[in-house]
Amino acid sequence: MIDKLDQVFVLLTQWVVGFLPAFLQPVAVVVIAVAAILVTFPGLFAICVLLERKGLGRMQNRIGPNRVGPFGLLQPVADGLKSLTKEDLVPLSADAAVHFLAPVFLVVVVFMGYAVLPVGRNMTLVNMDAGLLFYFAMGASTELSVFMAGWSSRNKYSLLGAMRAVAQMISYEVPLLMSSVAVVMITGSLSLNAIVDAQNVYTWGLPHWYIFTPWGFAGFVMFATAATAETNRSPFDLPEGESELVAGYFTEYSGFKFAEFFLGEYVGMLSISGLGATLFLGGWSAPLQVLGFVPSWIWFFGKVMLSMCVFIWLRGTLPRLRQDQLMNFAWKFVLPFTMLNLFVAAAWRFMGDGWLRWVVCSAVLVIAYVVMGRVGMRRKHFGPRSYRYAE
Amino acid sequence: MLGEGILKGLAETARNFAGSFVSAERLTTVEYPEQRIAPIEATRDFPFLVYDGTDPEAGLRCVACQICEKECPPKCIYIVKSTDKKPDYVGKLQIYPARFDIDISVCMSCQICVEVCPFEAIKMDTAFELATTDRFGGLLYDKKELSKSNEHYHAIHPTEAAEVDARLAEEKAKGEAKAKAAAAAALAKAAAPAAATPVPKPAAPAATVPAVKPAEGERNRDR
Repeated sequence: MIDKLDQVFVLLTQWVVGFLPAFLQPVAVVVIAVAAILVTFPGLFAICVLLERKGLGRMQNRIGPNRVGPFGLLQPVADGLKSLTKEDLVPLSADAAVHFLAPVFLVVVVFMGYAVLPVGRNMTLVNMDAGLLFYFAMGASTELSVFMAGWSSRNKYSLLGAMRAVAQMISYEVPLLMSSVAVVMITGSLSLNAIVDAQNVYTWGLPHWYIFTPWGFAGFVMFATAATAETNRSPFDLPEGESELVAGYFTEYSGFKFAEFFLGEYVGMLSISGLGATLFLGGWSAPLQVLGFVPSWIWFFGKVMLSMCVFIWLRGTLPRLRQDQLMNFAWKFVLPFTMLNLFVAAAWRFMGDGWLRWVVCSAVLVIAYVVMGRVGMRRKHFGPRSYRYAE
Repeated sequence: MLGEGILKGLAETARNFAGSFVSAERLTTVEYPEQRIAPIEATRDFPFLVYDGTDPEAGLRCVACQICEKECPPKCIYIVKSTDKKPDYVGKLQIYPARFDIDISVCMSCQICVEVCPFEAIKMDTAFELATTDRFGGLLYDKKELSKSNEHYHAIHPTEAAEVDARLAEEKAKGEAKAKAAAAAALAKAAAPAAATPVPKPAAPAATVPAVKPAEGERNRDR
């Protein structure tokens, strides 16, 4: 019974596919799985938007939306209807084709990432050997869409936002990859299923999640930082900084295309949360062995929603960074620290079992964190600038 | 250490998040259409015309002097003077406004009209739910819509209205005293020539002095 519940979606798909002729069955399995992804994640997007608006409100001692439906629960429906019925404006001087393609491309690319994410036990759409590589290839393509949007709009705010976005995303792409490489080194596989299986092991009822190791914890913190920047979330939301750039790269978008960017942003957040959960939080595995009876997909979505809540919490707390602070942080702190983390992960791998590797790895990481935080992030005082004018 | 401030900030927002569910002090939102708070006494938005008594036509304090119309910075007041006169609150015959319009879509609530009015006739109202489906006619208020009783003024600005009433009563008393003095002087003037007829020449200075007094009283009351 418990196994049935765990595999309910897999069994359901098999049952539906059973009615079709044999040659159609492989195609039908994929179509059903894709349809499920296309329904589930936009649904979660709606929940996240509501959660964010209510949560941010509470953090700012407001009530948040509470007019549409009971407790404002139908607010996402109202938002969706509003954006669907709005006029779709395209600037006369915009490059119409690219302007149209940018949001479509973003949504397509963002959904492609879900192809390799293990959503539950036996619930990976494509069990690719190089799943992680595929995921990062798709994740990096969002930059192209952002730049397409900014460039084709023929608007200075759009272009500035796009330039910022590209600079920021390329800077944080590197630490994002570097922090994941540590996981690949320990697991010895690029397949996300293999990574989850490696973490789905228990000692004394406690899981072997990578976040519970020194290098894994450091990697997770760096991964979360880089992921926040990758998805253009506050405090790294410079590309869309409303106070400076109207709406950044999607200034010239309205109606459903704007909604597509919005959807792309949130679905991207959900997907990178899913990846973070898969790499460091044991994917769909239960946090305690005794909780193993709960269906695996519940754990996956629980972890994803939990990290969404952290995203919202961070947004409610931190002010936006300045461009130079953003770049300094990426190149002078996050990147060197993730590189050091690779060495720590290697040391962890070759020091064998025992308490020694815990002490050594933790000490190295803590000392490095403190020293790099002090030295790397030190503010330089150049004194007042002096000017000499031509005579 | 790096990140300390972030943790402190996260703790603060978490405290806000949890606190807004339990502490009414934190969650200060008034859910407006259902919940209302009484406006503070100094609230103001658009001007109205004050009338005394029960009849808005007869009791209107405005005498159509047009000072407010001239002083209004966005020029939202339009006044047409009457051709006839009606007695005002002291009983003196005065011109009254045949038309008094304020376009509240233009009005900027600066209160200059209230400050320049010598007759305490125009005051600021506190009604703010003025939305209408007719954006031209609906927002152009005429004399009938603008006229509100002195009781209404007392209800919305009690302290200010009490001061205004005291000042008006004082002026009225002063005016009545002057009128009484003038009447007495006129009476004395009427009596004086009758007494002075037998001796015309020496009585002349005595007759000229009271003759000035009513004129003076008249001027004072106009001010």
